[in-house]
Amino acid sequence: MLELRKIYKTFNKGTKHESELFHDFNLKVEKNDFISVIGNNGSGKTSLINIICGSLEIDSGQVILDNEDITNKKDFQRYSKIGRVYQEPSVGTCTDMTVLENMSLADNKGKSYNLTRGIRKNRIEFYKDRLRDLDLDLENKLNVRVGELSGGQRQAMALLMATMTPIEYLILDEHTAALDPKVADIIMKLTEKIVKEKKLTTIMVTHNINYALEYGNRLLMMNQGEIILDEKDEKKNKITAGEILSIY
Amino acid sequence: MDIFIGILEQGMIYAILALGLYITYRILNFPDLTVDGSFPLGAAVTAYLMTNTGDLVATISLGHNPYIICLYALMAGAIAGLVTGIIHVKFNIRDLISGIITMTGLYSINLRIAGSANVPIFNLDTIFSNSTMDMIFPESLLRYKVIIIATIITIATKIILDLYLKTKSGFLLRAVGNNEILVTTLAKDNGNIKILGLVIGNGIVALSGSILMQQQGFFEITMGTGAMVLGLASVIIGINVFKKIKFVKATTSVIFGSIIYKAAMSAAMDIRFARASDMKLITAILFLLILIFSEGKKKKVKVDA
Repeated sequence: MLELRKIYKTFNKGTKHESELFHDFNLKVEKNDFISVIGNNGSGKTSLINIICGSLEIDSGQVILDNEDITNKKDFQRYSKIGRVYQEPSVGTCTDMTVLENMSLADNKGKSYNLTRGIRKNRIEFYKDRLRDLDLDLENKLNVRVGELSGGQRQAMALLMATMTPIEYLILDEHTAALDPKVADIIMKLTEKIVKEKKLTTIMVTHNINYALEYGNRLLMMNQGEIILDEKDEKKNKITAGEILSIY
Repeated sequence: MDIFIGILEQGMIYAILALGLYITYRILNFPDLTVDGSFPLGAAVTAYLMTNTGDLVATISLGHNPYIICLYALMAGAIAGLVTGIIHVKFNIRDLISGIITMTGLYSINLRIAGSANVPIFNLDTIFSNSTMDMIFPESLLRYKVIIIATIITIATKIILDLYLKTKSGFLLRAVGNNEILVTTLAKDNGNIKILGLVIGNGIVALSGSILMQQQGFFEITMGTGAMVLGLASVIIGINVFKKIKFVKATTSVIFGSIIYKAAMSAAMDIRFARASDMKLITAILFLLILIFSEGKKKKVKVDA
């Protein structure tokens, strides 16, 4: 379970641009929740996930992950349980390394990066199988530099890489926003499949209202650092795009 | 003919320096000015261990064995890299400034280690000239002795680097230079990996300084001035000349880059009005031209100094 308790966050404190975003913000994420988070620019959705992942410091409050207070843990320490996919496909992969090298790099998460061979030959078939599932012809491009791939191919790889090792939480930061609609659909279907397979507790920030309604069991809508809508399961399923747009 | 031998000798020795810069600049994306201090540091440590007649020095260097002394030079450079890394990572000082701080401090340290600004080592055993080497090389090959030995060391360094970059640790080092955010999401601290890269890079640079000093037969405090620019020029030339040829490894390109650079310098110094003291000016101008004409500059040169 993931919990944010009494979070306070003010940007540009002490300057004339001072603006308070979170004032006593609280959120409980149950195990196996798949939460879609929507809201305007500046509503605090991205700040929310940055606070969870430790890339944004808070003024006060607590971040609790599986009964452990991780408020003072550094970002890289938190990622041992968390996988994250970003909006920009280039952020989730190493563009100067090959497909195979990227897969191997991600496959070693949680283990020691020592002086043994970077590519484990006995895992190549496993990588190929995972890549074949994507149906993007990546299984035949193992030795191609990732920088030469399309945005969709890279994002699919980023998703595979983020979820390759045993993690419990998945953070999706507008991960389909930079893709064309067709590829975005493929990535969303893949996301759902992986989340179900691996039973990941997921938080997905998106601007796409249809995705927010179609995927996940819980919908959060944010506005100016507050949750203005929080519906789960059947209640969530009854919400229509029209209702969302009326309060957006 | 002598000119070609000279170019190859220098090119091969400086290629090791360039391999060190390949790690920090190209792989780690870190403009590391420590190099101007760690290059002469390798030479200073070598001068000290070769000329000091104390028992302790004789013992730790196994009787002034020049090959063992090279390893000490390498370790000293690694420590210099460690210092820059700690300044940058643990105290959040900018990359260029961190290197400048270490480089500045090293100037005094190098003088202390070497004892004076100019230390000759004539008639002492070096990696090029010792009883074993004199035995191995027949009369007919004596002219090429330096080239052969320098080439062996350079290629050995290259092969070790290539192997390292294929390990898990090497993968992570490449990833840090390429995409720090990804490394963070792999639950790894970028900072420690950067420090490791600076340790490796500067160790290699100091090794190069030690070898150059043994080849020229003396240490001088100014030998580090422009070392970073010189090494970078070799890296950029090499990478750009060979980037279209897929089967040539980057480390191989860098070695050829160093030889091409030395040839270009030699040609430039041949201009009638050029004096020996113009070398650094020519180095600077040549480096500028290389940056202007290489396309790679847009992608890799960091200007946030």
